[in-house]
Amino acid sequence: MKRKSFYLAGVPLLLTTLLAGCFHANDTNTVVSYQVTVTNLSEAQPLSPVAVILHRSGYHTWKIGTAASDSLEQLAEGGIPAALLAEASAHTSVTATAADNAAIPPGASSSIIIQSPLHGDLALSLATMLVNTNDGFTGLDAEPLGTLSRQESRSILVAAYDAGTEANSETAATVPGPAAGGEGYNSARDDRNSVGGHPGVVSIDDGLGSSVLNASHRFDNPIARITITRLQ
Amino acid sequence: MQRLIRTLILTGSLAATPAMAQDLNITITNLTHATYFTPLLISAHPEGNHLFQLGVAATSNLQAMAEGGDISGLVTDTTTLGADNVENPAGGLLAPGNSTTFSLMTAIGNDHLSLTAMLLPTNDGFVGLDALKIPTSAGTYRYTLNSYDAGTEANDEIVNGGGTPGVPGIPADPGGIAGTGGTGVTATEANSVVHIHRGVIGDMDATSGISDLDSRVHRWLNPVAELVITVN
Repeated sequence: MKRKSFYLAGVPLLLTTLLAGCFHANDTNTVVSYQVTVTNLSEAQPLSPVAVILHRSGYHTWKIGTAASDSLEQLAEGGIPAALLAEASAHTSVTATAADNAAIPPGASSSIIIQSPLHGDLALSLATMLVNTNDGFTGLDAEPLGTLSRQESRSILVAAYDAGTEANSETAATVPGPAAGGEGYNSARDDRNSVGGHPGVVSIDDGLGSSVLNASHRFDNPIARITITRLQ
Repeated sequence: MQRLIRTLILTGSLAATPAMAQDLNITITNLTHATYFTPLLISAHPEGNHLFQLGVAATSNLQAMAEGGDISGLVTDTTTLGADNVENPAGGLLAPGNSTTFSLMTAIGNDHLSLTAMLLPTNDGFVGLDALKIPTSAGTYRYTLNSYDAGTEANDEIVNGGGTPGVPGIPADPGGIAGTGGTGVTATEANSVVHIHRGVIGDMDATSGISDLDSRVHRWLNPVAELVITVN
């Protein structure tokens, strides 16, 4: 693969600094570097390893009201970002991809550093699963980065989405997170087959007898905070 | 013709004053899982006017919209104000996940934007925007909208066709998922002014139980809609 993904690492950051220093004059040759920090604001919904995508206009990880891609379904039902990132890497508008290497527990934060050539229409997309759900996820769809200056940060509170690919049965067999250990991705589509806002979970404590979830797994919006800092 | 052109130029120079006429493109997206929007009313009106206000009792025309989706009274109210309205841009119901896009030309002084539509199936829930100051710089602005309870009808969650103001019950479930035979969640409405909607309870029983709504399907979390305004 030609495009490189950078995890939290000092060496790529140093490389970025050097490259940026060499190519001040021409924006298209300038390399920009961002630190992306995700904070899990839920009570008991670990967030699967985060997938981060830098891209120009023309790429979307999802669209409200449109059927989820198979790769988004793999992330939203099973918490596995590999297919989504592979698909993004092959897209002509995508300039860089990265994945975190671990889930983010409730209350915790995790950071990724990612770099890309600078473009006026550069945007950031991000996706991560609420693992104690059937197919809930959160993230950002094409957040514009063009106005972010060096050392400037932007924090965005994000809502939970429903991939619409799996019914929200909340059963032990279908929820993959630590609350259940059930099945993750299954290509069958037994929900409305379009992405939308997540309706929340009912849980056994609110009368859904077949639910493996309890009151602690309920959530409201916002579900996470995403802070983007332009390092270089 | 000459006179007409001169008139247009004159109008153009007037438009340079702070309270200017504006050319807007607006997109509204239903973010819910299974809740429909009845015909939307979008109104650009002078400052100090409202379709609804938090903590204030609903007008009878707001009640008619919130309980039965009838915007005709609110249209009359806003027309009297000289507002610039768009009525029913989706041509009927706006289904979950769907969007409607339209243009709105606002006259000088109509610099605040309000909108309403009933949430179906609910007793008197609606999506709303109360007197947003319309941005004046060219660009694209994104907002999210919450669900409100008109406070005019008990949230019994019984689908019985009751859409006339003052008549208990929910007019219909356009998605066709609602059950029958519910005994009613409640017969009272403690908060009789416009407030944030507490959501629906529902149950898992299609033929009895307390509610005709399905707790796994008809739930929602705020925000229930996305509003994107492009100032041209």
